Amino acid sequence: MAFDLKNWYLEKKQGDIILEYNGGITPELISEALESIENSLNMKNEKNRVRKKVYNVFVESLQNLYHHVDLPPSTAPVEQSSNFGIIILSKDGTFYRISTGNFVKKEKLNYIKDRIDQVNSLSDEEVRMLYRDILNNDEFSEKGGGGLGMLDIVRKTGNKLEYYFYQFDDEYIFFSLDVYIS
Amino acid sequence: MYTLVNRIATSMETIIREGSPKTPFVRLDGEKGVVEIKGRSIPENSVEFYKPIIDWLEKFGEAPSEETNVNIQLEYFNTSSSKCILDIFKRLELIHKKGHPVEINWYYEEDDEDMFEAGEDYQSIINIPFKMIEMEE
Repeated sequence: MAFDLKNWYLEKKQGDIILEYNGGITPELISEALESIENSLNMKNEKNRVRKKVYNVFVESLQNLYHHVDLPPSTAPVEQSSNFGIIILSKDGTFYRISTGNFVKKEKLNYIKDRIDQVNSLSDEEVRMLYRDILNNDEFSEKGGGGLGMLDIVRKTGNKLEYYFYQFDDEYIFFSLDVYIS
Repeated sequence: MYTLVNRIATSMETIIREGSPKTPFVRLDGEKGVVEIKGRSIPENSVEFYKPIIDWLEKFGEAPSEETNVNIQLEYFNTSSSKCILDIFKRLELIHKKGHPVEINWYYEEDDEDMFEAGEDYQSIINIPFKMIEMEE
């Protein structure tokens, strides 16, 4: 069955939508999006501890996209921006959900999948230890993060990452990631 | 010789950078021996932001003040900043090891377990007296 972006949206837009964006992921967009959620009533009424966690994980998720997104396939029903991504922040019951979506080349699938499976397989203590190991290794990635992003998200949320890969065409996969904060 | 030492000592300018929505307030005062970083640190390109600070510390390390007080009071930071912060601490560690005591004060809000744990991370890696200071909301 062909992947339908509309259905994906419907599924992710359950609950109270605090922010929804699709288009080019740029530093300016990240600043604006953060400012916008800071001004939302949901966030203003939230406990300090949770609020900071949401901001932190939200920024990390967007910057993950910023550093990794590709040009979407030309046939995709989306803006042809060189760094196209989707982000939705919603409050669904007692938790916040950050959903991101972006198109990736098929050959990246295994790399992403292995990475997330590995992070998901670790206990809280193992996550903390691995985080410290990577932090302290001297390898400085071009992008500065050195592969800490996903690990940091799992550590801060205490929840596993939920991901789905949808085949879009022969060349592209739609990569969907959900992060829960409670 | 005297003039050379003198030149190094006076060339240590104080750097103050105001905070922005993505970058922290920074104060580097060579004369008083104070390093201060406050606010949030979430730039996309952290290496670029922190480079002048690392450069300053490298220079400061050639003729450090008797003691150095480091105050880190971050609201939150992204993972790309976390490596840069470690880099700052590693520079300070060299100064401390050379016999010029350095003390790090790591501030965190009372219910902020993430910032507390981040402090613990650095404390476990860096060999400098590290004080965790809880702030009331």
